[in-house]
Amino acid sequence: MNKVIASADEAVADVHDGATIMFGGFGLCGIPENLIAALVRNGAKNLRTIANNVGIDGYGTGSLLDAGQIASHTGSYVGENKLLEKLVLAGTLPLRLLPQGTLAEAIRAGGAGIPAFFTPTGVGTLVADGKEVREFDGRQFILERALTADFAIIKAWKGDRLGNLVYRKAARNFNPIMATAAAITIAEIEELVEPGEIDPDHIVTPGIYVHRLVVGERYEKRIERRTVQERAK
Amino acid sequence: MSAAVRLTDQQKRERIARRIAQELRDGYYVNLGIGIPTMVSNYVPSHIDVTLQSENGMLGVGPYPVEGCEDPDIINAGKETVTELPGTSYFSSADSFAMIRGRHIDLSVLGAMEVDQNGDLANWMIPGKMVKGMGGAMDLVASGRRVIIAMEHTTKTGAPKILPKCTLPLTGIKVVDTIVTEMAVIKVTPEGLVLEEIAPDTTVDDVQKATAVKLIVKEPLKTMQL
Repeated sequence: MNKVIASADEAVADVHDGATIMFGGFGLCGIPENLIAALVRNGAKNLRTIANNVGIDGYGTGSLLDAGQIASHTGSYVGENKLLEKLVLAGTLPLRLLPQGTLAEAIRAGGAGIPAFFTPTGVGTLVADGKEVREFDGRQFILERALTADFAIIKAWKGDRLGNLVYRKAARNFNPIMATAAAITIAEIEELVEPGEIDPDHIVTPGIYVHRLVVGERYEKRIERRTVQERAK
Repeated sequence: MSAAVRLTDQQKRERIARRIAQELRDGYYVNLGIGIPTMVSNYVPSHIDVTLQSENGMLGVGPYPVEGCEDPDIINAGKETVTELPGTSYFSSADSFAMIRGRHIDLSVLGAMEVDQNGDLANWMIPGKMVKGMGGAMDLVASGRRVIIAMEHTTKTGAPKILPKCTLPLTGIKVVDTIVTEMAVIKVTPEGLVLEEIAPDTTVDDVQKATAVKLIVKEPLKTMQL
């Protein structure tokens, strides 16, 4: 078995107009930057994106927004993208905001064959509008639906040709759960290793979830907020 | 005019963070929100161990890196570069929020736009003006564990932020335990908002004037130890 695809462009070639796509990453950390660039080149339109954020203006999934490829978005925090705010306030881009934990659990559930779940998050807020509320053990919970997608486009650190993946540090975030929740999961990695090189106990995403694997051509790994300690004087 | 008005924004923020750090206890797992809450980590007493959780999937958040050692793969929930500590762990966003909703975090410190006398919190949205999203805030307050609000007592224009009822869309209902500002420490109780401590450079009258809810003054009223 060999899931490695020669190029990012080839890996996303069948992403079609109107596709629902999950993108891994938190802010700019752990985003599939090479696959996003390939998707901009692919030009597919009317994409329904699911991602915690929409990158920043002009970078990350923000570049798909700039290119006019996004028709609607589901996420939890989009505060770093001015164009998105403008489009949402103008009423031209439908935005569905979910609490971050609800977003994560909806994706986890989607990948695990669970259609809906009750959560305490958002009770008594706008998030609860139109949703079933039920009491368990004296506390209120709202019913949230699971999320799935046509494609999950994710980023890992190392992988083997079977699709086994490990992540690096906080770049893990939404990537492993999204890998489970899509019909086709496309992962980009920094380093391709031989099967067996990753200790089986350390594999985070087993290869069964990954359909295509691409070694990223180049990594910018842009830092959103560079914070450093003040040097001792 | 109260003396506290003369504090710079940075002095106010430091004061709030310093006071909240006194609420930390040895062995606590704590989530600090963006802004003033993050500054609380600068004032953790040296004799206690506190483990910081960041909802992007990190437990054991260390200080900012020294210049030149920034790692783009090590960030906190504010997307700031941070460092690892011995014993740091990483996990997925689903695991991170299981940890939060599952009541494993002892204390969350969050900022606020408005808090009301019921302990309702608004900190994520201004309709028609601001589109940002709630991020992890709704999950943090829904856990039912202790929530401390770190905020300046009034808005930039001097309007109260502590209200009879929040006017902005809510983050959670009946979720706030304690409010710490540069002027006071206020506890949310079933009887109402209890003024527990005031800053050394203010008076009960000044605090009441800056608050849109009648405060219950605790006797004896303590002075914030700064």
